[in-house]
Amino acid sequence: MENRNVLLEVKDLKTYFVGRHETVKAVNGVSFTLYEGDSFGLVGESGCGKSQTLRSILGLLKQPGRIVGGQILFRGQDLVGMSPRQMREIRGAQIAQIFQEPMTALNPVLPIRKQIYEAFERDGLSKAEREAKSVEMMKLVGIPEPEKRLGEYPHQFSGGMRQRAMIAIALAEHPALLLADEPTTALDVTIQDQILTLIEQLKGEMGMSLIMVTHNLGVIAQMCNRVAVMYAGRIVEMTDTVTLFSKPRHPYTKALMNSIPNGKQDQLETISGTPPNLSMEIVGCPFAPRCKYAEGECFTTLPELREIEAGHLTRCHRFDVVERFAGLIPVEEVVHG
Amino acid sequence: MERLNYCVRRVLQIIPVLFVISVVIFFLMRFIGGDPAVMVLGDKATSEAIAAFHQRAGLDDPLPIQYVRYMRDILHGDLGTSLSVRRPVAELVAARFPVTVKLTVLSAFLSILISLPLGYLAGKYKDRPADQGIRALALVFIAMPSFWVGLLLMMLFGVRLGWLPAGGWDSTNFWTQCKSLLLPALTHSLSLIALLMRDLRNSVVDISRMDYVDFARSKGIPESEVKGRHIFRNALISYVTLLSIRIAYMLGGSVITESVFALPGIGKLMIDSIFGRDYAVVQSLVLIFAAMVMVINLLTDILYSFLDPRVSYHE
Repeated sequence: MENRNVLLEVKDLKTYFVGRHETVKAVNGVSFTLYEGDSFGLVGESGCGKSQTLRSILGLLKQPGRIVGGQILFRGQDLVGMSPRQMREIRGAQIAQIFQEPMTALNPVLPIRKQIYEAFERDGLSKAEREAKSVEMMKLVGIPEPEKRLGEYPHQFSGGMRQRAMIAIALAEHPALLLADEPTTALDVTIQDQILTLIEQLKGEMGMSLIMVTHNLGVIAQMCNRVAVMYAGRIVEMTDTVTLFSKPRHPYTKALMNSIPNGKQDQLETISGTPPNLSMEIVGCPFAPRCKYAEGECFTTLPELREIEAGHLTRCHRFDVVERFAGLIPVEEVVHG
Repeated sequence: MERLNYCVRRVLQIIPVLFVISVVIFFLMRFIGGDPAVMVLGDKATSEAIAAFHQRAGLDDPLPIQYVRYMRDILHGDLGTSLSVRRPVAELVAARFPVTVKLTVLSAFLSILISLPLGYLAGKYKDRPADQGIRALALVFIAMPSFWVGLLLMMLFGVRLGWLPAGGWDSTNFWTQCKSLLLPALTHSLSLIALLMRDLRNSVVDISRMDYVDFARSKGIPESEVKGRHIFRNALISYVTLLSIRIAYMLGGSVITESVFALPGIGKLMIDSIFGRDYAVVQSLVLIFAAMVMVINLLTDILYSFLDPRVSYHE
């Protein structure tokens, strides 16, 4: 595994939302490495910083968010602090992004044709060439009658078709890396599966790598080979997907697993309490107030993210205690659950 | 086809509305009291003269008969004859209308010229000093009554500096007309500027937050295209709608602006005719105004459907 090429390396990324009265530390020192061909999952509940980590990569942070520290190395080039011109060369051509809600991620008043043409803009193609490539992309993502549908507007598409159209636009320039921000959350379950299958298939055909942000562990199990669990702006556990599901070593991961229905529980477990306010200074482990294993130093010292086994990192003082209670669900059950 | 059907239906809807308005304004004018004959002939007119005036103008007939006569004339394309100046109403309106149209055009032009860049800037630099300044300006523009602004402008540019005429209408040529209209148009447009600036600012702020803007950006297109094709263009939808509806109202003439600057426009004609109880003129003006507002609203709706493809004509 380690002899494969590194595609993207995020090092100690810090993305803050600096307001006049408070600073929200949405991403607080996130590091991970993505190898070519990998599917990397970022999972966590709303507000844990997973989407902001993703948005930081292409520099698409909403105001007043900005990267205040760290590096994002794409093929060795640091994307942080790149000039807008250099960044434009990366966007779409090297790294593309798809969004959660295809209705709001497509411009409602432009026909799909205009929106997909934009992706080819830098190539200086003739109109016929752009049209041919657009039709080809639409076919590739499984949109029937592409010639006709190119002239239509987003509201004339169904949810699933809209998401397909967005994927067609994002992948138009055959990027090396696709960033997917909850790409199926807004869709019906049956459509969700179609879209995930499509992404997986295109990833194989185009030789892409993938970073998938989701709060849905089922999606992670289906799509990703490596996964990082985020909590309060930090990665709390990172390992390969099989290990994460079979041997979670962080109490938060374990609690997330227990909250997935698997047919064996009488009652679903919930995680009591709420995530901490990221504009406050947090002392100790941010998960400690909600953690049933927490004691002593958990409330005073932030645990390091340490490698407890080859390729398995966890940010917990008491991972050895957690281990004894872990090992519950085989991955297959999560996928089909 | 759908669009045509819709337009025909909307045009047909105008007819009953105009009928109701004609009834209301006809009786309203007669119930507010006052006698056109006294207004025209003066307080010292003999009762014989007043009776003769009534007779000639048909004011002695029962009201329903007067109304039917009025409607019959209207349907024959005759707007009636002014009681005070004894000229056809159509002729009076035709003489006044161009001034109001020119005032409206210049006001709209000034409003766009000022509100478009400022509103966009305010939205782009949300909560920064530029935005706060522009928002404060909008508040001031809305708060100042237009008769007072008119007088201030007149005093400064017309009297103190002498750059522009302090009032009146010089129809000699295009330039003298522009000079006569500049101050009134500025007065007229202040509140519209404020309204449009705020609307555009809010649209730009809202749209900048949309995912489709980030998605456009993620394709690697230049920032100027992200701003132009996605943010600005979409923000124009509500801007244009608001502007065209306001233009409809401005075409009805501004009583205040036209009075302050002594411009012979529709608004001035309207107020003079109401005071003079010049029934035929007031009735016709109200009908024309109502028809104009409805037609422009229809045009706005049609325009809107071109700007925003989500608008459909199914009811």
